[in-house]
Amino acid sequence: MEEMKDIILEYVIEEYLEDEDEELTYDTPLISGGIVDSFSMVSLKRFLENKYKISIPDDKATPEAFDNVNKIVALVNEFTA
Amino acid sequence: MGFSSKVRNIYQEQLEEIINGGIYKEERFIHSSQAADIEVEYPIGSKLEKVINMCANNYLGLSSHPDVIKAAHEGLDTRGYGMSSVRFICGTQDIHDKLEKKVSEFLGTEDTILFPSCMDANAGVFEAILTAEDVMISDRLVHASIVDGMRLCAAMHDTFKHSNMKHLEKKLQLHSDKRLKVVITDGVFSMDGDTAKLDEMVELCEKYDAMLFVDDSHSTGFIGKTGRGTHEKCGVFGKIDIITTTFGKALGGASGGCVSGRKEIVDMCRQKARPYLFSNTMAPVIVAGVLKVLDILSGSTERRDKLETNSDYWRKGLQEAGFVLKEGDTPIVPVMLFNAKLSQDFSRDLFAEGIYAIGFFFPVVAKGQARIRTQISAGHEIHHLDKALAAFTRIGKKYNILGKSKKEIIEMYGL
Repeated sequence: MEEMKDIILEYVIEEYLEDEDEELTYDTPLISGGIVDSFSMVSLKRFLENKYKISIPDDKATPEAFDNVNKIVALVNEFTA
Repeated sequence: MGFSSKVRNIYQEQLEEIINGGIYKEERFIHSSQAADIEVEYPIGSKLEKVINMCANNYLGLSSHPDVIKAAHEGLDTRGYGMSSVRFICGTQDIHDKLEKKVSEFLGTEDTILFPSCMDANAGVFEAILTAEDVMISDRLVHASIVDGMRLCAAMHDTFKHSNMKHLEKKLQLHSDKRLKVVITDGVFSMDGDTAKLDEMVELCEKYDAMLFVDDSHSTGFIGKTGRGTHEKCGVFGKIDIITTTFGKALGGASGGCVSGRKEIVDMCRQKARPYLFSNTMAPVIVAGVLKVLDILSGSTERRDKLETNSDYWRKGLQEAGFVLKEGDTPIVPVMLFNAKLSQDFSRDLFAEGIYAIGFFFPVVAKGQARIRTQISAGHEIHHLDKALAAFTRIGKKYNILGKSKKEIIEMYGL
């Protein structure tokens, strides 16, 4: 569980932050905080699907469900359980 | 009458929010032709001020060129004012076809289709050529019209970090299972003035079997040795699959745009692009003007050469004065101020000194990236640039930012 959290956090930092000094935690709002725009969300969805061998339906891949790392972990768990 | 007081209040509240947020846009009325020297009424109702225009997209100084005006008059006289029809019904004249062929020749492409604007070209092209089986991979700083076009398209959309080729390659690998892949970029980025790495992008697109799309609106006519655009500058002339560009900037500055590239792409636009199918194309008077512009540019590089000299002079002058600039070698030279209010104050002071240049801040640029965007023209003479440099320097001194670093300016004024 902790490992998944860190893997996703690391991916989000590498994928979306332009400035390496910016801080990001498990609770930082990603979509509503303007870090990830709705277009760029697709690579996160594809990363999760490839990494965890799951398929997230489009109606579940909402900006709300992707808004922070904790929520993303919960979403992934829903499909891996 | 559905416009009740309740409806009116909703809009008034939204407008107040825009005003209170300091991002309400006001127009300045120009009473002269577009040129380096213009007469401006600002604020509305005040007496006319003669100012030097440092913020037009009139890169080649052709907006009011006598030969272009004469050709436009002739077009008006011989082909009339309007077409009163979309292209495929009865809205195509011989000169529309002539211009499409001439643009293809100028850009080194297989075919071209005209649109009412480049905004329309970008809005229509993706939906016409892609489906849900495909993917669009765009630079994160592409122009708003491209973003709108991608929104209208069913294909998957992903982004890569600005001009970051390693990141782009990762995305091409991630989406390798898609039927068609299109990499999308501006040629010159309008807010920063930097140029896309088209040589590297062509290589990546060839390696991963992707098409390359370039919006060259801030390049066509003056970037590259003969002004053909960023593909000429980057040594990939003839290798771009889809180019969109505008006639509303360097190429006379009136309006109109196009999609130019592989003939199948252009043909798909002719069959399916909605702004082409459901809107009149460029008016004959403008077509005639653009034909003359392309004649002028095909015959001589004098104007783009002068623009290059002017741009170098301007950039060097600002650097020597001690301003923080965005790196680049195009006529777009952003003077970085970082703080939104400072950019507005600076712009107002410039106007009082007879220099017209606008401050840009969030949401037009990223937060903490406020700036005065200056744009140089072949219509500028050295005396225009010297006067503007003197004004910038005086105001820079007033705000104590000359010779200061980004960090020091932010410490003084905040973000």
